[in-house]
Amino acid sequence: MIIHTIFFYIFSIIAIFSAIMVTVSRNTVHSVFFLILDFITISCLFIMIGAEFIGMIMLIVYVGAVAVLFLFVVMMLNVSKQKNEWLGDEKNSNHIPIGLLISGIIFFELIIVVGGWKYKPELLKTFSSIGIDLDSTNTHEIGKVLYTDYIHLFQLSGMVLLVAMIGAIVLTFRKREGIKRQSYFRQISRERTEGVELTDPKNNEGVKIDV
Amino acid sequence: MFEISLGHYLILAATIFTIGVVGIFLNRKNIIVILMSIELILLAVNINLVAFSIYMNDLVGQIFTLFILTVAAAEAAIGLAIIVIYYRNSGTIRVQEIDKLKG
Repeated sequence: MIIHTIFFYIFSIIAIFSAIMVTVSRNTVHSVFFLILDFITISCLFIMIGAEFIGMIMLIVYVGAVAVLFLFVVMMLNVSKQKNEWLGDEKNSNHIPIGLLISGIIFFELIIVVGGWKYKPELLKTFSSIGIDLDSTNTHEIGKVLYTDYIHLFQLSGMVLLVAMIGAIVLTFRKREGIKRQSYFRQISRERTEGVELTDPKNNEGVKIDV
Repeated sequence: MFEISLGHYLILAATIFTIGVVGIFLNRKNIIVILMSIELILLAVNINLVAFSIYMNDLVGQIFTLFILTVAAAEAAIGLAIIVIYYRNSGTIRVQEIDKLKG
């Protein structure tokens, strides 16, 4: 158990350090790398606590998809030369004390909420009937619940992803000028009267076909 | 003392959440870092849900973590698409120069 404690503190320190480095790093590419480190560390914590499936899914989704997407966008937009000087700007910096104040208040509120359970421990009883069966694996348990009780939410989240995909494509779609495109509507709605023209060509003159 | 309890995980999540909020407040240069701070906040929420799920012996927290993961991925995709078209239209994504609404 002492090993578990030591690992928890090591991973927590790495996670908090990399989270700080995400926000204060001067280079945006370094920020993305520290974000990847943070995701990997938190997924290690999840695997350690006994939620293996969530940890692995976090590795796949966050590190494999979201962070790489961030990296692509950072490299595409060429913003790595814009340094992330978040405290160096003199003008327009009166928001910094207010931001620090509000962040401190949020942090202390969260700590107070955590400490409040010491005095009201009956809040920590479980309300759901879906317990964790320690005899089978975590993935098995999640599969048994996710595809039966939460099947509608599962399909709805698939719909959310579909809408996000279509939205991203529609947003970044650029209509270029001067390109000959195929127009299915015009192709299908062509009729004989406009497609075929009967002419009576004269001798030695030919027919003008390019309208 | 050496036993890792639910409170340890909650304090870790609170710290990461606060760092994300600080990143949103104090960042003045690059709007991509603001999106990354939002990802950090959602990560803190996920830590909370998984810790509660394990320590209260209730599987629903992990299920909801999956849904939050889905929403976070969708939000990152849409946000980055908006950033790309904004950069294409205005040529900059610095926070100080995005002031069309004069907020």
